[in-house]
Amino acid sequence: MGTGMQVARGFTPGGENARPQTGVGKLKHALPILACLVFASAAAAQSRYPSPDDLVLSPDGTRLYAVLSGTGEVVAIDTAKRAIAGRVAVGKVPRGIAVTPDGARLYVTNSWADTVSEIDAAAMQPLRTLPAGFEPTGIAFDGRGTLYVANRLSDDVAVVDLASGAITRRLIAAHGASYAAASADGSRIYVTHIYPMVGQFRTPPRSEIAEIDARTQIVINRISLPDAAGVFHVAISRDGRLGLAALLRPRNLVPLAHVEHGWAFGDSLAVFGEDIGGVVQLPLDAIEDYFSLPFGVAIAPDKKRAYVSASGSNEVAVLDLARLVAAARSPQAARMANDLSAASHYVIARIPVGRNPRNIALSADGATLWVANRLDDTISIIDTARLAVSGTIALGGPATLTAERRGERLFYSSAVAFGHSFGCANCHLDSTFDGLNWDLEPDGFGIDIVDNRALEDIADTSPFKWNGQNPDLQTECGPRTERYFFRSQGIRGDDLEDLVSYIKAIPLRPNRYRAPDGELTPAQERGKAIFLRTNRKDGTPIPEGLQCFVCHSGKYYTNQLVADVGTGKPTDRSPLIDTPELTNVVNSAPYLHDGSAHTFEEIWTIFNPKDQHGVTNDLAKDELNDLIEYLKTL
Amino acid sequence: MRATIIAAFLAASALFAQDLPRFRWENFTTANGLPDNRVYSVCVDGGRIWAGTDNGLALYENGKWRVFTTADGLAHRAVLYLALDKKTHTLWIATMGGLSRYSAGRIDTFTQLNSGLPNDVVYGVTVQGDLVWVATAAGGARFDTRTSQWSIFNERNTPMQEIWTYNVSAAEDKVYYAVWGGGVLEYDVQTERWKDYSDPDGETEIVLHKDEGLIHEVTTSVSYVNKILWAATYFGASRYDGRYWRNFLDKDSGLPSNFLNQVKSVDGTRTWFSTDKGLAYYDGVQWATYRPALDTHAPEMLVRDAAGVVTHVPVTTAPAFHYTFGIDFQNDDIWVATAKGLSHGIRIKPGDK
Repeated sequence: MGTGMQVARGFTPGGENARPQTGVGKLKHALPILACLVFASAAAAQSRYPSPDDLVLSPDGTRLYAVLSGTGEVVAIDTAKRAIAGRVAVGKVPRGIAVTPDGARLYVTNSWADTVSEIDAAAMQPLRTLPAGFEPTGIAFDGRGTLYVANRLSDDVAVVDLASGAITRRLIAAHGASYAAASADGSRIYVTHIYPMVGQFRTPPRSEIAEIDARTQIVINRISLPDAAGVFHVAISRDGRLGLAALLRPRNLVPLAHVEHGWAFGDSLAVFGEDIGGVVQLPLDAIEDYFSLPFGVAIAPDKKRAYVSASGSNEVAVLDLARLVAAARSPQAARMANDLSAASHYVIARIPVGRNPRNIALSADGATLWVANRLDDTISIIDTARLAVSGTIALGGPATLTAERRGERLFYSSAVAFGHSFGCANCHLDSTFDGLNWDLEPDGFGIDIVDNRALEDIADTSPFKWNGQNPDLQTECGPRTERYFFRSQGIRGDDLEDLVSYIKAIPLRPNRYRAPDGELTPAQERGKAIFLRTNRKDGTPIPEGLQCFVCHSGKYYTNQLVADVGTGKPTDRSPLIDTPELTNVVNSAPYLHDGSAHTFEEIWTIFNPKDQHGVTNDLAKDELNDLIEYLKTL
Repeated sequence: MRATIIAAFLAASALFAQDLPRFRWENFTTANGLPDNRVYSVCVDGGRIWAGTDNGLALYENGKWRVFTTADGLAHRAVLYLALDKKTHTLWIATMGGLSRYSAGRIDTFTQLNSGLPNDVVYGVTVQGDLVWVATAAGGARFDTRTSQWSIFNERNTPMQEIWTYNVSAAEDKVYYAVWGGGVLEYDVQTERWKDYSDPDGETEIVLHKDEGLIHEVTTSVSYVNKILWAATYFGASRYDGRYWRNFLDKDSGLPSNFLNQVKSVDGTRTWFSTDKGLAYYDGVQWATYRPALDTHAPEMLVRDAAGVVTHVPVTTAPAFHYTFGIDFQNDDIWVATAKGLSHGIRIKPGDK
């Protein structure tokens, strides 16, 4: 029995509690070939955890489609039977899904393949593979013939014409464009992004929601979200007059010493649209009871309620929309964003669900809410009348938990922090980074500001921390987290080993700038020659310590030593900086230990006046461009 | 008999003049909300008009001007040139302090410090699909909006005699740079090769070899439409069809001056010129000039026919000033940036009063 098997817990129609059922169900008799394919697909995916991420309901409500990012599949769930009715393999690391109004087609973003899979929903068969940008994540369909795909690494929205199967234009989004939603009539598309926009160093982060007119296919508005960094799913009311987006308000400008005062993250909602007459941010947290890492959003068709998942604190909040709108329209709304007493006015329930709930889907009658619990490999079914989980659908996967999987659960959980206010994944969004610089330790305001580093493939890149003082990840993630981050308890013992196992296993994403055959473009070749040069352009030798490839050496482009490269600030206690690995460095702007360089170019045009960070001042601008083109390939 | 012939000729001239576009001019200045009267560039985006001035970027929409400054993220107050990505309605903004990009209220800026832009003095910009071509004081550049790759074109990788690029025009097959002091540079998209065009006589003040090549090295603007290249210089204009050159000087054409700031062709034949002595138009046969008269400042429209006969067409309005910069079209209307305001030429149709 492969992962086609599912086990329903709690209520299931017919009283078949906990009874194993074949996931293929009736289809296995009607479509034996499909069943074989399903079985083969399931068998191949057996060793991996399904990790459901995005959800969408068919227009008639008979099917729930779940994107399994871990196994690279989409499963169809019979909503009446609460059982898996089919599955189809898609591309690498699928993340987002959209369905056509007639329910005939599904579109799934394959974030590691830079494609969109077109699926025949009835047969659960792939039809076409469509192009997208770099790391396509969220997807929305306008109801007529155009897909809008949010591309996380190219910061844009690919407009895909389904008739031709081609990208017809790319719209400018913001850094880390990730989630998209269409209004009910398809006339508007809303796109969020998870990394903050470029701003002045040590100023509050800013984000936006891009509003696209689907008729003209252009961005017509950018809804400004000051103080926000990390904006996730967005939902629009059926009448198009109200929008909600889940977001984080990081307090990265003050020392994390203030965690006890609720001053690490604000877990919030952006409330916008005609009903509001603008946009305001309202908190979801309560005092000492944080709603950590809000992620999925749904608005009831009758506009009486909204639902938000908290992927860190493992729950779903139920919001009274009339009260929420009243709060958003009140004169005090602008001051309410950091008010931990505000949520009690509009959050009427918080329902525990599985681990790391991601997106949610609400039935057309508003009676049932489906929740994708990524790290439990389950779907929670919430009865919205009873405000309780009425059932759980297991999606299969390995029977036992590996250390990596246990560690992943710890990584995404906010359980250990004061007031369960945040976890590792708050800053390392989707196990990456957050684009912010932080004032971490209680050493005074503005001392030792540090850029948040990416975590891909770092197992063999010790030491850790920007000052290189943590020799291993156990030190980096152990007692330090208790002392400097969570202010409650740390992660220790076996838990710590599990967490480290997970972090070490975070893979390197595909590099979009390196050709599959490894061949470099002429510009990349020229840049490589600069990276490897030992002499200045005038022929004089470059001291060994100032040659790029000496410090940035080895498989990960780091000699794993600290160095003073002249980038220290007066507020840094030491000018010695850990030599960072450069693998996929193209994805992790801003740069330097404190994130003061917004772009690659600024590392050398602004922060290397004395050639201490490699000899670069003899380079012409086109040569610096070549060097950057090479660095993008690492 | 002779009188009859002359009368017929004059009648025919008047008839031809009737065919030349006539406008009712509406002029915008700081009194109407422009941030500055010195307007360098204008760009039409449907019903919206963008104006690049010496003191900020302005958007005319629904009868009102909205101004964007460096406080809004604009790279520099002096906006020299504008280009619209017609697919996405993104506006690319060439300034004296970098290249800015406007999209739905957000301005992003690229400079020589934070990007691969070769120089912050950006004179020209144009959009070619996913590519943005830029003319700067230190060479040309191409920005690939899909990959964020910057490529720089200068004396090291092109036959560019000077790196002071002033303007750029692109079509699917070719890209042309106006190189101030270096003639015209051509990039062939298919072969990825560069070719330069220079003044064959090499004389800066006189023309020895008319119609044998580019009229002059000091080029200020290029316009490539329907495989026809027009080049504007400070010493006349040139037209190149890929085989033959044809040059135009004020002494033997309807150009009001040899000092040209910009050329913009409608279809390769019908072409507009902004000069220091008025806005000029050439329809392939006849010429027209629109300006306040240089002496009386009264509205003036001059028509020069194929025979070289110049006639005055009575008009009641004129562009804001005779010193003109940028040009753009709005259906049959025209917008002209001048040193004393922005002018909207509203086309007078036959039968209109």
